[in-house]
Amino acid sequence: MASNPTSTGSGRLGVAKTRKLFIDGAFVRSESGRTFATPGPSGNEVNVAMASRKDVRDAVSAARRCLPAWSGLTAYNRGQILYRMAEMIESRSLEFAELVAVREGCTVAEAKGRVEMSVDRWVWYAGWTDKLGNLAASVNPVAGPYFNFSLPVPTGVVAVFAPASLLGITSVLASTVAAGNVAILVAEERGSLVSTSLAEAVATSDFPAGAVNVLTGIQDELVETVSSHRGIDGLDISGLAPELRVASESAASSSVKRVFSESVVEWTEPPSVSRVLAFVEVKTVWHPIGI
Amino acid sequence: MTGPKPLGEVGEAAIAKHTSRASAIPSGADQLLRPRADSSLPGFLRSLPGVDQVGLEARAAALATRSIKAGAKILALETAISMVDLTTLEGDDTPGKVRALCAKAKAPDPADPGVGPVAAVCIYPDLVSLAKAELANSPVLVAAVATAFPSGRSPLSVKLADVEAAVEAGADEVDMVIDRAALLAGDYARVLLEVREVKKACGGAHLKVILETGELATYDNINRASWIAMLGGADFIKTSTGKVAPASTLPVALLMMEAVREYHGETGRPVGVKVAGGIRTAKDAIRYLVLVNETLPGQWMSKSLFRFGASSLLNDLLVQRYKQIHGVYGGPDDYSLE
Repeated sequence: MASNPTSTGSGRLGVAKTRKLFIDGAFVRSESGRTFATPGPSGNEVNVAMASRKDVRDAVSAARRCLPAWSGLTAYNRGQILYRMAEMIESRSLEFAELVAVREGCTVAEAKGRVEMSVDRWVWYAGWTDKLGNLAASVNPVAGPYFNFSLPVPTGVVAVFAPASLLGITSVLASTVAAGNVAILVAEERGSLVSTSLAEAVATSDFPAGAVNVLTGIQDELVETVSSHRGIDGLDISGLAPELRVASESAASSSVKRVFSESVVEWTEPPSVSRVLAFVEVKTVWHPIGI
Repeated sequence: MTGPKPLGEVGEAAIAKHTSRASAIPSGADQLLRPRADSSLPGFLRSLPGVDQVGLEARAAALATRSIKAGAKILALETAISMVDLTTLEGDDTPGKVRALCAKAKAPDPADPGVGPVAAVCIYPDLVSLAKAELANSPVLVAAVATAFPSGRSPLSVKLADVEAAVEAGADEVDMVIDRAALLAGDYARVLLEVREVKKACGGAHLKVILETGELATYDNINRASWIAMLGGADFIKTSTGKVAPASTLPVALLMMEAVREYHGETGRPVGVKVAGGIRTAKDAIRYLVLVNETLPGQWMSKSLFRFGASSLLNDLLVQRYKQIHGVYGGPDDYSLE
């Protein structure tokens, strides 16, 4: 196990952050007690919680409990909370820049630019929450005395296999929750530190407990459990390595969940609303017209 | 289960062993209603050793950490399913809802006929005849709550009429509530009298006595209430109505089980335990089974002497069983909600 002797120049022993999972609005260690080491800032190794299948189970039940609360908020209110998420990342931009610089092997100044891009992306998706209906709803002509209309509703509990970069994680997470879904983010091993810091931003952004759950660990190990879990309604495997996607899709087939896979080359490309629309279902209402 | 001995004798024998003054509990109702004239029952109850709160809670907490895995877990889950009293006690219980409940009691998992049935359905007395008809030709029993459930605040004559109506409608089991106010006021004789009278009114039906432990304030009161219920002829003692928080807790269940073991040792009559209220997960249910296993002889590990009063618990038991057998976590829509 790696230690964190974050000693400062004055001879003081620094206080290292314990990187935990984020389930049901609480920071918890893995039920299994396992951790793994990952490279952190200033050349130190950092221990991160390694989620087990029971942590997946706990995250799913927390998410399920939260679904009525999060999807039941007004779209405007959800948007405000996503904006607040952008504010929280902005105020922690130095911390994120350090982590991004380590992860992506760039200078802190360059990393700062990428953090700003992520903040802007939260704002971009926040804007979509109350405009989605205008984009995806319709009034349908039908042969009968009915007023017939369709509107988008959230898919439900969506598990997101995240990519490693902050911008990638932001894109997959923000687009999922913007549509009113609750999310279980399964972090890529190399994106663990960014993901746990992102969880801290979530915790201070008025998200109801369980709306966003963050699991760090080995994606390879969790693919089977997550993909086959029948309490999960949707699966975003865009962040998954190509060789794991097949395994995920076939495990997901037994429960007929919605699987979304996007082969993004560069997360820096302009975002698309298609990500938000990936996890909405269409609800059609036949309303009798009075005579 | 051995047939209940004459109640007076059973009670007297137990009291005689606990008190130097072996004066019997008066069996006449008139005398019982004047507790000051009768010092033997309070004397006996006071002679019960005081409950060690710290020790009780520590033991319950220690037993709750037992890990039950794999084959033992499946066995525990299926045992728990067979012990469920599937309960609906709401003001909006419609005939349709009770029919659905009965269907679920007979076949908890329609996709797997190997599961169940549960022990009983637990409902209000006015729905008993309907449930009886639905459950004809099935081993599922019908339990009715009575005696002005859940508060128990009615004259004794009304409570007895409530019980008689339930029994007449065909209830196999009657869940009565004790008069908590009388118990808290120290009028133990009144509580005993009511249990005895209700037991008489039950006839052949089994009597479960609800102590409503959440309202009894101390473990000593719960211990006394357990003894009063058993002396009064209860076939089961039950923790809660499910209408008061806190409902069933592990220390309370452990205490009641110890009282039952004690009473069984004194009189040879086995009394069942039913835990009810707030038990929602399979994990909780298994913890109670661990308590039973550690506290009571083997015969209690069956639906004739141990029950869970629950509604949503059954679904979690089914979900966990599915997980154990198929290795995949289930979803929220797998089982009906009622």
